[in-house]
Amino acid sequence: MSEAQKTASLNELGALLDAKRPDCVASWEVAFGELTVTVPLAGIPAFIEFLKTDKACKFSSLVDITAVDYPTREERFDVVYHFLSMYTNQRIRVKVAVREDEMVPSITEVHPSANWFEREVFDMFGILFTGHPDLRRILTDYGFRGFPLRKDFPTTGYTEVRYDEVEKRVVYEPVSLTQEYRQFDFMSPWEGANYILPGDEKSDEAK
Amino acid sequence: MMDGSKGFEDAQSGEQKIRNFNINFGPQHPAAHGVLRMVLELDGEIVERADPHIGLLHRGTEKLMESRTYLQNLPYFDRLDYVAPMNQEHAWCLAIEKLTGVEVPRRGSLIRVLFSEIGRILNHLLNITTQAMDVGALTPPLWGFEEREKLMIFYERACGARLHANYFRPGGVHQDLPEDLINDIETWANEYPAKMDDIDGLLTENRIFKQRNADIGVVTEEEILDWGYSGVMVRGSGLAWDLRRAQPYECYDEFDFQIPVGKNGDCYDRYLVRMEEMRQSLSIIHQAIAKLRAPEGQGDVMARGKLTPPKRGEMKRSMESLIHHFKLYTEGFHVPAGEVYAAVEAPKGEFGVYLVADGTNKPYRSKIRAPGYLHLQSMDHVAKGHQLADVAAIIGTMDVVFGEIDR
Repeated sequence: MSEAQKTASLNELGALLDAKRPDCVASWEVAFGELTVTVPLAGIPAFIEFLKTDKACKFSSLVDITAVDYPTREERFDVVYHFLSMYTNQRIRVKVAVREDEMVPSITEVHPSANWFEREVFDMFGILFTGHPDLRRILTDYGFRGFPLRKDFPTTGYTEVRYDEVEKRVVYEPVSLTQEYRQFDFMSPWEGANYILPGDEKSDEAK
Repeated sequence: MMDGSKGFEDAQSGEQKIRNFNINFGPQHPAAHGVLRMVLELDGEIVERADPHIGLLHRGTEKLMESRTYLQNLPYFDRLDYVAPMNQEHAWCLAIEKLTGVEVPRRGSLIRVLFSEIGRILNHLLNITTQAMDVGALTPPLWGFEEREKLMIFYERACGARLHANYFRPGGVHQDLPEDLINDIETWANEYPAKMDDIDGLLTENRIFKQRNADIGVVTEEEILDWGYSGVMVRGSGLAWDLRRAQPYECYDEFDFQIPVGKNGDCYDRYLVRMEEMRQSLSIIHQAIAKLRAPEGQGDVMARGKLTPPKRGEMKRSMESLIHHFKLYTEGFHVPAGEVYAAVEAPKGEFGVYLVADGTNKPYRSKIRAPGYLHLQSMDHVAKGHQLADVAAIIGTMDVVFGEIDR
């Protein structure tokens, strides 16, 4: 199948979804040969059930669930689902925007494989899933605090562990860096970087 | 005190009070293939419940990637599934190429296919032989690792590192292959079937191996969909699903290969599928070598442009090339904003990267989708009702590597 044909069939699928479930599809677009459907939070379980069972879709394999953090946005997180249909050989991406205080309905009833993915999203972003059978942390340490993949969590974390020769056990300590964490500034001064130089505040005061 | 003051409960026979037994399988168990800690609830020798505790090898790859440039992120992919490193790099390069719209030159593409298939053989060799070790055979890993060592040397001769290759780059591969390396790979590919026959002779009709694997961990089509399986876990149950064929990437569509499928969906069928896949990979390697030698296969291995460094010779003469080289390896290239999901048929299954770019030189978010994560997730479902000893066989057949599961 050529690229043009692929895009055409995805456009067809997007229009079909929009026509069949207008209550669930907020918007859809085809970019880079991939179909993305944005769904309101309340419509998630129904829409995913529909994707799985509908004859024209048959998106029966869950590929991935993840989230993206946009700290400046009102609805802070995007929860992103990827589905694959081995029967129609197509992929779809479903996106839903979630506020920090909102909970996402779990889809473990429809796709049992969502179990660990939702645990991971909870572990990494602190998004809660309602109806999940066992929402524990999965990848981080036992007793870990904080949500590492949020943008306001430092890459170095807050605690470090080492084996203590005196106490003969592993001890947890606050992170102490022997040198400052290196974050280089790659903005080019020729490309309109707006650097605030020491003394710049005085020019504002003068105004 | 045996005067009866404590009652006679302690004299009850075993039949009167049976309780389930909880054991920790791993994290130091040799059959756990790394650092898997699995809490097993046993009724006698039957597994009632399996609860894998993962994350003991969690390195925060996805977090680290957000503060590094696209090029600096590439070596992290070698460290995911360290059994077949280049296959994971491939997914990352494909994601970047999809966003930037870069076309890989033909020779670069062929070299990628060649090394992806070498990676597949690397992985299947390790998986088959160590799975055989888990069920009691000691010789296969010794023989298989000898072949792996030879392939590792091919890795080293192509890129300088046995394991952490950093060889596939956005826009092609880092360096061209020397002519004698291609010749040596071909020599090896001619000798390898004999070595495979050795392993075949050791295992395929081996009574113990069959008893330990046949009818163990049976997977049906329904379960494949429910648990999101991919790769050999799908093909072992008779579904001819292979991304190289279904959604061709690179130049796989011009290669001639078969997709082996199993019939029963048990551990033994998956072993047979892996064996046959190695033979198919060999055939792809032969085809790739022939194409590399053909006149159309000559030329540059990288799309020269913003994503790739200039040639050494140009840097000596042209100031712009020198600046470009410096900027590429400090600032890195910028990737236009957008989101893509790129997947490859890694030896273990569908390995994918979901990349969200915001137009800067660093990824805003990258999610690594590892096939082993989903396979291990279904451990409780598959192992339930099996004997304790079968758990080792099932872990082996699921092909779990903790580099990619824990990320």
